[in-house]
Amino acid sequence: MATPAASAIDLSKALVLAPAPLDSWLVVLPVAWCLLAGAVLLMLRKKVAAQPFLAVAALLVLVVLDALLLWTVATGGPVTMVMGRWLPPFGIAFTVDLTGALFALTSSLIALAGGLYAAGDIGASGRRYGFYPFLLLLMAGVSGTFLTGDIFNLYVWFEVLLIASFGLLVLGSEPRQIDGAVKYAFLNLVATTLFLIAVGYLYGLFGTLNMADIAVKAAERRAELPLMVLATLFVLAFGMKAAAFPVNFWLPASYHTPRIVVAALFAGLLTKVGVYSLVRVMVMLFPVEGEALSFVVAAVATATMIYGALAAIGQSDIRRLLGYLVISGIGVMLAGVAVGGPGGVGGALFYALHSMVVMTALYMAAGVAGRLAGTFDLNAAGGLYGKAAYFSALSLVLFLAVAGMPPFSGFWPKVMVAKAAIDIGAWWLAAAVLGSGFLTTIAVGRVWTLAYWRPSARSTVIDAAPGASALVPLSLLAAVSVLVGLFPDLLLTQIQAAAALLSEPSAYVNSVFPEAGR
Amino acid sequence: MEALFSILIGVFFAAAVYLMLSKFLVRILLGVAIFGNAVNLLLFTAGRLVPEVPPIIAAGLDRQLAVTANPLPQALILTAIVISFSFFAFLLVLSYRAFQDLKTDNVNEMRVAEPAAEAAPPTGY
Repeated sequence: MATPAASAIDLSKALVLAPAPLDSWLVVLPVAWCLLAGAVLLMLRKKVAAQPFLAVAALLVLVVLDALLLWTVATGGPVTMVMGRWLPPFGIAFTVDLTGALFALTSSLIALAGGLYAAGDIGASGRRYGFYPFLLLLMAGVSGTFLTGDIFNLYVWFEVLLIASFGLLVLGSEPRQIDGAVKYAFLNLVATTLFLIAVGYLYGLFGTLNMADIAVKAAERRAELPLMVLATLFVLAFGMKAAAFPVNFWLPASYHTPRIVVAALFAGLLTKVGVYSLVRVMVMLFPVEGEALSFVVAAVATATMIYGALAAIGQSDIRRLLGYLVISGIGVMLAGVAVGGPGGVGGALFYALHSMVVMTALYMAAGVAGRLAGTFDLNAAGGLYGKAAYFSALSLVLFLAVAGMPPFSGFWPKVMVAKAAIDIGAWWLAAAVLGSGFLTTIAVGRVWTLAYWRPSARSTVIDAAPGASALVPLSLLAAVSVLVGLFPDLLLTQIQAAAALLSEPSAYVNSVFPEAGR
Repeated sequence: MEALFSILIGVFFAAAVYLMLSKFLVRILLGVAIFGNAVNLLLFTAGRLVPEVPPIIAAGLDRQLAVTANPLPQALILTAIVISFSFFAFLLVLSYRAFQDLKTDNVNEMRVAEPAAEAAPPTGY
């Protein structure tokens, strides 16, 4: 072994010597593009008139990049790129499978809608303060989370999106925003630190941080390692990020305080990042431990669903009501994860994608409703249907979608989760899914009757029609929801493939270790 | 050595959790700072504590002959320190702003976003 200076070094054992092919670059481009565009926008933040155009153009490019990535992954299987040419598990790897690509594409669509909506919602001072650079930085963090194949890198992207979300949350610096931000910031920091603790233990046990490597080694060394502790820590940390019931209180404390477009982006992106990571860990890395924890997760899911829906009924502020609906939706996703199998995991992924689109659109609709009615209070709002019929129709579509009514996008994932739950005999979980859907219908039905259908009681009617900057993204997102609801086949096949790939990650592992043939 | 460190980390975590359970923002902040350091120590220990041989390959050799310290946990800690420090700075400013705007550092009295006496939702059409 010790033949100093004389041994020829075989670099191909440690380094990728061939130049990376083009489709590999696509793996890191969404993140790199967001960072670059964010930096440019930061330099141009004094040019408040140009900011929205530049940002929307940058987000359009991001959508195209993510769509190309999804196409590459859907046709050719998972793609890996390593940083600095170091071969995994030494180099940090970005590995994209179908799940990551689907989430990345949906998140970029939401960011595009948010960028459009912000053109009318964020004024000159907000732009000077840096709304758009923060948005791009948030997207860098979110894309990084979905695309990375390294668990410590996942933690870093969590922090990137968290610090960007702080900036967005306090945009405006009103006392109520500061109040919400204090709770949001402290509790989220604790959650990510819990995640870091779990990563530390994981490195101590495995000596590697590459997810594919972990998945392989966990299967080989399951008997000798305390993986249950590790999985439980991960579930707690990601459950907190996802706002699952006993650790959800940062969400209702903060989501109604920022600018409405910020709340819309948060509702679409942040909690779903937690769900995505939970799925990654419970289904792909530690499937056996995930299975053992499934009863706990199912109980948490039930509590989250019912608590969220009941609390939503008890709100008088539309924005706070929507915050609880976000939580209730998280419960459905967790139920799918707990049930497991292609139906359960697929249902959870499908519901997450649906919830990203619909919750973002609902917050945007609430913003328009609040502006038209002059208040977010259900006691005072009214007469929206008489004032803006097209907008009201869009809102009704979104209300029915979030309640899980056919033919909108919320219907199919709920069917999948409920059916998967009944198939394994967890009738109570299926009942909770359906019951929470019923309670959600009541909650959004109340918003519809009180704020839209009821004649306006206010004497001072604010008579501004909703602008194009609000209606275009709303129509876009509602159209996505309707199309997915009417033609679920295309998305469904991809989601089933994604779920199958998660529970049997050999393609993922082969993409990271092509020569090893493991 | 690892056992000793584990106890030390436990003490750190206990102090951090105790402080973070306080109602007052400054104590929570101190708790967060200790929490971050506890995690850094944990990462350090999880990488195993080995003799203080630097992981540097001497001139003329192409591999390290002695057992060296694992540099990766230290890289992780460095990242974690940077992140937790910047977060702490942000939280410090945020807490000060909260104290200025909300006139309190008691989290129980921070009810601007979630007013205690909020109007009940309408009970009829």
